[in-house]
Amino acid sequence: MSAATDHPVLDPALAPPFPMAALPVLRNVQLRKNVAHAIDVIQTKRARLVEEKTDWHALRTAAAAIKDETLANLGAYLEQFEERCTAAGGHVHWAADAAEARRIILELLREEGADEVIKIKTMTSAEIQLNPFLEAAGVRAYETDLAEIILQLGHGEPSHIVVPALHVNRSQVRDIFARTMGLKDLTDDPKALTAAARNYLRQKFLDVPTAISGANFLVAETGGVVVVESEGNGRMCLTLPKTLITLAGIEKVVPRFADLEVMLQLLARSATGERMNPYTSLWTGVTKGDGPQNFHVVLLDNGRSSILARKTERQTLRCIRCAACMNTCPVYRQTGGHAYGSVYPGPIGAILTPQLEQLRHAQSLPFASSLCGACYEVCPVKINIPEILIDLRARVTDQERHTVGKFFDPMYVGLRAANVIFSRAWLFHFAQWAGRIGAKLVTRRDGWIHSLPSVGAKWTQTRDLRGLPKQTFHAWWAERKAASQQVGGSASQRVGDAASDPTLSPKSGEKGGATSREAR
Amino acid sequence: MRASLFITCYNDTLFPETGRAVVSLLERLGVEVEFRAGQTCCGQMHANTGFRGEAFSQAKRLVRLYADADAVVIPSSSCVAMMRDQYPGLFEELGNDSLRKDFAALLPRVYELSEFLIDKLGVEDVGAYFPHRVTYHASCHGLRALHLGDRPFRLLAKVRGLELAPLANLDRCCGFGGTFSVKNGDVSSAMLTVKLEDVLATGAEFCTALDNSCLMHLGGAMHREYAPMKTIHMAQILASTQEHPAEVVG
Repeated sequence: MSAATDHPVLDPALAPPFPMAALPVLRNVQLRKNVAHAIDVIQTKRARLVEEKTDWHALRTAAAAIKDETLANLGAYLEQFEERCTAAGGHVHWAADAAEARRIILELLREEGADEVIKIKTMTSAEIQLNPFLEAAGVRAYETDLAEIILQLGHGEPSHIVVPALHVNRSQVRDIFARTMGLKDLTDDPKALTAAARNYLRQKFLDVPTAISGANFLVAETGGVVVVESEGNGRMCLTLPKTLITLAGIEKVVPRFADLEVMLQLLARSATGERMNPYTSLWTGVTKGDGPQNFHVVLLDNGRSSILARKTERQTLRCIRCAACMNTCPVYRQTGGHAYGSVYPGPIGAILTPQLEQLRHAQSLPFASSLCGACYEVCPVKINIPEILIDLRARVTDQERHTVGKFFDPMYVGLRAANVIFSRAWLFHFAQWAGRIGAKLVTRRDGWIHSLPSVGAKWTQTRDLRGLPKQTFHAWWAERKAASQQVGGSASQRVGDAASDPTLSPKSGEKGGATSREAR
Repeated sequence: MRASLFITCYNDTLFPETGRAVVSLLERLGVEVEFRAGQTCCGQMHANTGFRGEAFSQAKRLVRLYADADAVVIPSSSCVAMMRDQYPGLFEELGNDSLRKDFAALLPRVYELSEFLIDKLGVEDVGAYFPHRVTYHASCHGLRALHLGDRPFRLLAKVRGLELAPLANLDRCCGFGGTFSVKNGDVSSAMLTVKLEDVLATGAEFCTALDNSCLMHLGGAMHREYAPMKTIHMAQILASTQEHPAEVVG
């Protein structure tokens, strides 16, 4: 367990379930502080820029419609992209899964005789675990995005899809750079840190002739590819090398060039709280004498087409990876990204990862949400994440409920029992009566329960529970109705008014907090 | 006007004082309140934990029970949200045409308490008196599923003697989330700690809300940590008068 907790595992097949994976993070005060500070800053900027946009909701609706139309005709748009990209001098490759994508990329690198490659931040390459694969095959991959450099040099894992090193603070970055770049006198001044990174990178940009990128959008109409970024490292990778390999999920395609007008407005505001991101690179195929002369696009399925078939879940593929959902998520705010055991954390990760894994792994993720709905509210493409979470919960429960382990799990037993109890009012009332007797055994003299057995222990770990009242509401109603009939009054008279009936009020009114605690 | 009270399973069991307050409040406003003895649960707990079939059977039961009600008043945002957001999907997948028809006819007559007061009865001043400093916690379902907006604030603003203490990060979840609070108990507790800091910083005597579920969560932590604050459902504040002050339990 300790090995697993010291270094986060972002492979859904190997990662511990979310509640367990969250524990080391919850204990790590510094990390939680870093995460909360970083997302609060982005969120505040985002909120300001969304507010100034009077057509924000119309933009969201338009984006959702564009994506839905694309997904309904995905095969046709991808073929159109392939045709136009090929006509413009690019080469398009189709990869059914991670292994095939890795193999295609390695073969392309071997053709080039490349033993080094520079990379722009791409979560899709993290999804297929490309770097360790290339490393093992003798190709050294150099990340060029500042956050990715921090993680690569510090042997860390990404905890966010836009700001992957958001859990690392400035002084930790200084330590990593000082150690790995041999800069003993480095300060944690942001200028000094970026200068150090720039020095480290400049030579790589000039020396390494092969680059790997992701894509934010593929344009079917033109065969073009779009990458947005903040640091300019992407622009370098996309223009200096001789060979460029772009890895993109099949859901990244949009039908028309004009669709970018909607998407780019939403993406920058949602992702980094900027009106426009500093660098937007668009290119189509190969231009003679300008930029990479060998250009390949690897289109990755890796579970995505299985999501298309389901009406509710299909919305997942609208995602443009802006991370607004994780920035606003109260769960992510506490746990950061590593607890999700996937390169895709937060609310989008909680729905995307289990689906990409086709529910063979990551079954705890759909439950890693209080269903507060904040993610849905900010999503620029209006993915109803809570709805999908609930749907996935049902699929996981259907899968698990008849296994021996879960059949006897107290939570499952309780929910099955509750279903019987709720089927008849008299059973419900009987259960309330039985519950009251049981609760008496654990209720202290102050009228509160401080410790519960079984699943209830997770409640009383940090909270008390008020003891059960002497009389349920329905019993009070029945008593009141009987009394009003006896005196010949109608039910609408305030015969049994609780405030005038001391027996209905188990504790005497306005007792101060301090006095009621003295019993403990 | 007649209204049928759906008290909800957990209010019936754990918070009867909220139900008594709803009755006293509505009757004071001239509403004839009825209570159908067959009611149990809306199915939210099962639906949100992945027990779809079980949630459906409770949903079906509820729709049948209230099919002929003039109006159904529910003092719990999350149960109303369950009906609005999840019943349609459940009935589409598992129900038949007659059930879908009954539900479509019933849904417009289902009200969360503050919706019923403001939208149906058209009152903001319910004649309440509650001379205390109070902060309002906006439950996620009330805020984002029902879009209650400023309704709760309009009601509280008219309560005589009440001083409203504004709550920072009003839109942040308290971490309850039903079975989430035990399935992910540690994360839920961490969320609760953060929320409680904001709530206690208001210096209010009471924290109120339109959902006893959040209040049970916040109140449980307040009691555990000897905090000088209590929780109270907004129905109890609105029912409170000089002659019949609110029941404060716990």
